[in-house]
Amino acid sequence: MASLALVDVNNFYVSCELVFNPKLRGKPVVVLSNNDGCVVSRSSEAKRLGIKVGSPWFEVKKRCHNQGVIALSSNYALYADMSNRVMSILARFAPSCEVYSIDEAFLDLSGFSVKERHGYALSIKHTVLQWTGLPVCVGLGCSKTLAKLANSYAKQHDEHNGVFNLSSLPETVSDTVLKTLSAGDVWGIGRPLAAKLKALGIITAFDLKQASPALLRDQFSVLMARTIAELNGVSCMELEQVSPPRENVSTSRTFGVSVTSLQPLSEALVFYTTRAAEKARRQHALASAVSVYIQTSRFEQHHYASGCHTLALANPTNDSKQLAKISLAILRQIYKPGYRYQKAGVILSGLVPMSVGRQLDLFAVDDTGYRQSQKLMAVFDQINARFGRQTLKLASEGFNTPWQMKQAHKSPSYTTSWKQLLQVD
Amino acid sequence: MKLQGGKRVGAGRPAGRNAYGEPTVPMRIPQSQVVPIKAFLETCKLADKRFWGSVENILNAAVDSPVVLLPWFSSQVPAGFPSPADDHIEKRLDLNDYLIKQADATFLVTITGLSMRDAGLLPKDVVVVDRSREASVGNIVMAVVDGEFTIKYLGLGDKGNPVLIPANPDFKRIEIKETMQFEIWGVVTGSVRKYL
Repeated sequence: MASLALVDVNNFYVSCELVFNPKLRGKPVVVLSNNDGCVVSRSSEAKRLGIKVGSPWFEVKKRCHNQGVIALSSNYALYADMSNRVMSILARFAPSCEVYSIDEAFLDLSGFSVKERHGYALSIKHTVLQWTGLPVCVGLGCSKTLAKLANSYAKQHDEHNGVFNLSSLPETVSDTVLKTLSAGDVWGIGRPLAAKLKALGIITAFDLKQASPALLRDQFSVLMARTIAELNGVSCMELEQVSPPRENVSTSRTFGVSVTSLQPLSEALVFYTTRAAEKARRQHALASAVSVYIQTSRFEQHHYASGCHTLALANPTNDSKQLAKISLAILRQIYKPGYRYQKAGVILSGLVPMSVGRQLDLFAVDDTGYRQSQKLMAVFDQINARFGRQTLKLASEGFNTPWQMKQAHKSPSYTTSWKQLLQVD
Repeated sequence: MKLQGGKRVGAGRPAGRNAYGEPTVPMRIPQSQVVPIKAFLETCKLADKRFWGSVENILNAAVDSPVVLLPWFSSQVPAGFPSPADDHIEKRLDLNDYLIKQADATFLVTITGLSMRDAGLLPKDVVVVDRSREASVGNIVMAVVDGEFTIKYLGLGDKGNPVLIPANPDFKRIEIKETMQFEIWGVVTGSVRKYL
């Protein structure tokens, strides 16, 4: 029988911070989203204080302060490096491995005998902890959905030492486990779906397992029928070992301070556009359309404004200069003076792989412009890879960047910057 | 009757006594196929009849032979003789290979104090810390004592307890007691210093 394992890091962002700051262990710690907007990760101590994921920071700030909660800005350079380490370690443990998100991966353990799997999962957990300092839980099951569910069960029940195998148990026993988990714990059942299921009397994961797939498919979707099959141990979702190339890339940020004039807005947009163009080049893709949006804070009741516009490109490109020009042209169309803008973003869509080739411009005399731009961008990227981001940049990105993110409590980039290594006496 | 011209019986080479070992016939072939057909015939001359196979195979092979990549010597060959160095192409030395065994478990840390001076670790030195190694007595380790990082020699105390030993007489040994929070974070496996 197939056996899949879901390995994920407990409280990933907070755990990364604790590796390099052991003084914070045992204390309530939260990590805030970009721009210190809301709580995105909590230590178990912070969870016990009842701080919810997604709480806007300005709402819970005072209370956190009173309760001694330590808040950190998010440090994505650190989290990405730690994630790469974890995924690379996990890949050693199984012939195939699907990286599912920044902190979780599915492993195929079908090649191991039923007896071996539990011990093997324990050694995965032990190795990741020893090598990276990050605690993980491992859930095993004969479908992805069951592996996920086993993982949440392991998280909720410390006595299992972070490893739980749903498929090694007799069905009567695994059913009692499913009865303790709510339908909302099942992969793919979000809160709105869980509420609808509840109205049908489907409350626990076990209820969902027993439900009629045909009936629920009609009422919901084929995905629901698939989830029910997976709960019954029929694996319907294979491991995706190579993530499909993304069809669009985007960069957006909330500004540190609201922006009221065109100049800083333009600078921010050029900055986001070059970031998105870099992402497209990393995927060896050309963008066929550019969308730009700007908006004021949602809390600005009387003075709310937002604008969004997309331009399709005759010549797909990933050239930062060309894309920046286009973004600025769009911005001038949607910008309205007199508003306090708080967020802006750029989306490059209709990405086509460079290898597939591009539609040539009917009116272009020749193709040298394209080739020159590709060369220039390659040099641009090489220099920035070697000497650090933003070594070469477009002048229109500006130099003062007053709109840059608020990251009042960010930890150093311990693993990715020579200047910010951990200092030990 | 007088015979003049024409075929003379018994003249010439007996049929089949040629390079192919069987009678041959003249035939017109398209110009474009001369080369492969000639090549085929050459092989027929050399090879045992049993291995000829069918002409079709050979011709098809000549038309859609797969692309074969041949090795390209990286040095120029001025006199038709390859450089003896071609057999010894190696990549340039990389300090990562020298310093790091398990990249996934290795972290770099900057030294700030003088407590390990006599072990050759000075402020601003960067040390390589490998978390995948089990620490043994005598190793330089990075430890966490009551929430604080420290880099010291790992020793064994009188009661079998761990002791952290500095490499500088101006600093004190740290005897680890049961009441202390103690953890070995990683083993120091190397160090790097820049002078300029």
